[in-house]
Amino acid sequence: MTRRRVEPLVWLMFSAGGVLAAVFLPILVLLFGLAFPLGWLDPPDHEHLLAVISHPVTLVVLLGLFVLMLVHSAHRFRYTLYDGLQIKAQRTVAVLCYGAAIVGSVATLAVLWSAAQAS
Amino acid sequence: MTDLRLYRPRVSTWWWTRKRTYFVFVMRELSSIFVAWFVVYLLLFVYAVGRGEAAYQRFLDWASSPWVTVLNVVALVFVLLHTVTWFNLTPQAMAVHVMGQKVPAWHIVAGQYTGLVVVSGFVFWLVTR
Amino acid sequence: MADSIRLRVSRYRPDTDSEPRWQEYDVPLRKEWTVLDGLNHVKNEVDTTLSFRWSCRMGICGSCGMNVDGEPKLTCGTFLSDYAPGPVMIEPLANFPVVRDLVVDLSDFMEKLPRVKPWIIREDDHRTVEPDVEYLQTPEELDAYKQFSMCINCMLCYAACPVYGLDPEFIGPAAVALAERYDLDSRDQGNRERLDVLIEHDGVWGCTFVGECTRVCPEHVDPASAIQRYKLKAAMETVKALLLPRGAR
Repeated sequence: MTRRRVEPLVWLMFSAGGVLAAVFLPILVLLFGLAFPLGWLDPPDHEHLLAVISHPVTLVVLLGLFVLMLVHSAHRFRYTLYDGLQIKAQRTVAVLCYGAAIVGSVATLAVLWSAAQAS
Repeated sequence: MTDLRLYRPRVSTWWWTRKRTYFVFVMRELSSIFVAWFVVYLLLFVYAVGRGEAAYQRFLDWASSPWVTVLNVVALVFVLLHTVTWFNLTPQAMAVHVMGQKVPAWHIVAGQYTGLVVVSGFVFWLVTR
Repeated sequence: MADSIRLRVSRYRPDTDSEPRWQEYDVPLRKEWTVLDGLNHVKNEVDTTLSFRWSCRMGICGSCGMNVDGEPKLTCGTFLSDYAPGPVMIEPLANFPVVRDLVVDLSDFMEKLPRVKPWIIREDDHRTVEPDVEYLQTPEELDAYKQFSMCINCMLCYAACPVYGLDPEFIGPAAVALAERYDLDSRDQGNRERLDVLIEHDGVWGCTFVGECTRVCPEHVDPASAIQRYKLKAAMETVKALLLPRGAR
C-alpha cells in the first residue's frame, strides 16, 4: 500500500459500533430508558448495580461498547449532514463530529473509572 | 464537445422527501442521533449509580419526567429501525462462505436475530437477578 | 382501459432553452406498449424534434434509460399500462448533465470506468506465455462473478444514487460492481491495483449504503453489495498493513 488511509479504520469502527448498537441498544433502551424509570419493572437495587458497574469486566465491556457506538454515531451523522443537508464545509463537519466522539470517549473513560472506584 | 450547452440539474435539499426509500434511508441515518443520546443517558446513569443511592434515586425521578420519557420512546423507535435495517443489509455487505458454499442471506439475518435474543436475555438476567 | 395515455415529456433544447420545460403528448394506450413505444410513436407520428436514445428494445443494450415518474427505468421494459390512467412523467436520467431532451451526457462515467481497470490483469508477462494458452474455469468459478458481469452500463444506478448526485467525484455503483466482477474472476490477478484506486477518498468511501442502485438495477447486479465488500476488503488490508508493517501485502 502506497499510502496509509484512515477511512478504512474509521469505517471498521463504524461497522463494529453499528453491530453493537443493533444488538445491545434495544434491550438497554427498553430497560433503562423506560421500564425502570416508569416502574414497569422494579428498578434493580443500588447495591447490585454498583457491584455490576465496579466489576472490571463491566468496565472494559462498557468502555468498548460506548466508544464504538459514539464513533458509529459520529460517522453516520457526518454523512447525514453531507447528504441530507448538503453542507459544503465538509472538513469542519468531520472535525466537529469525530471531535465530539473523542470528547465523549474521554468522558466515558472518566465516568466509568470513577464509578468503578465508588464501591 | 465544448460547444454543447449542457443543462446541469441541481439536487434539491429536500431530495429525500420525494421518494419513500430515500426517506427511510435518511430516517435510518438519523438513528445515529439517538444512539449518541442513549450513550449519554447511560453515562449519566452510571455516574449517578457511582455517586450513591440518593443520586441513583434522583436519576430515576429525572428519567421518569415526561420529556425524558418521550425522548426515550422516540429513541427506542429509531434504535429498532437501526437494528432491523442493519440486520437486513448485512448479507449484502459481506459474502460469507462456509466450506466453499455461500451462506444464504436469510441464515445471516436469522443468526443476527438469534444474537439479539441471546444478548437481550443476558443483559436482562444480569441487571434483574 | 382508456384508449390513450398522456406523456409529460421533459424537453430541453440547448440552442433556445435555458432550462427544461414540459411538453405533453397523447399516445395510444395498448397493453403491449412500453414507454419507449410511446416515445417512438411521438417521434414517428407527432413531433420529429423529440430526441432520445434507444437501440435494442429488449433490455440488453442499456441505452434507453430514463426517469419514468421519478424512478430510473429502462423504457423498453416499462409498460405504459402500469401507469394508466396517466399522465406519465418522462425525464432524462437524473444526476447527469442533459444534452438535449431525454439525452444525457455520459462522459463522466466513460472517464471513471477505465480507472478501476475492468479487464483481466495477469502478473505473468504476456510475451512469455504461449500465444494460444487457455485459462480454464470451472462452473463454480464462473458463478463467483457472473452476477456482477451482467451489468449493461445503463446508468440507472447512477441516476438513483443520491451520493453521486451530490458529489460527482464519487466513482459510483456500476464502476465498483465491474471492479468486483474482475476481482472475483479466477483468471484475474489485479485485485491489488483495483483496491489502490477504490481505497482513495473518491472511491468507495462516499457511499452511505442507500441501496437504491441495487433496487433499480434491471440486471440484478447488486452494486451496493460490491461497494460494501470493497470497504471490507480495504479495511482488512489496512489492518493487515498495520499489524505487519514491513513488506506485508
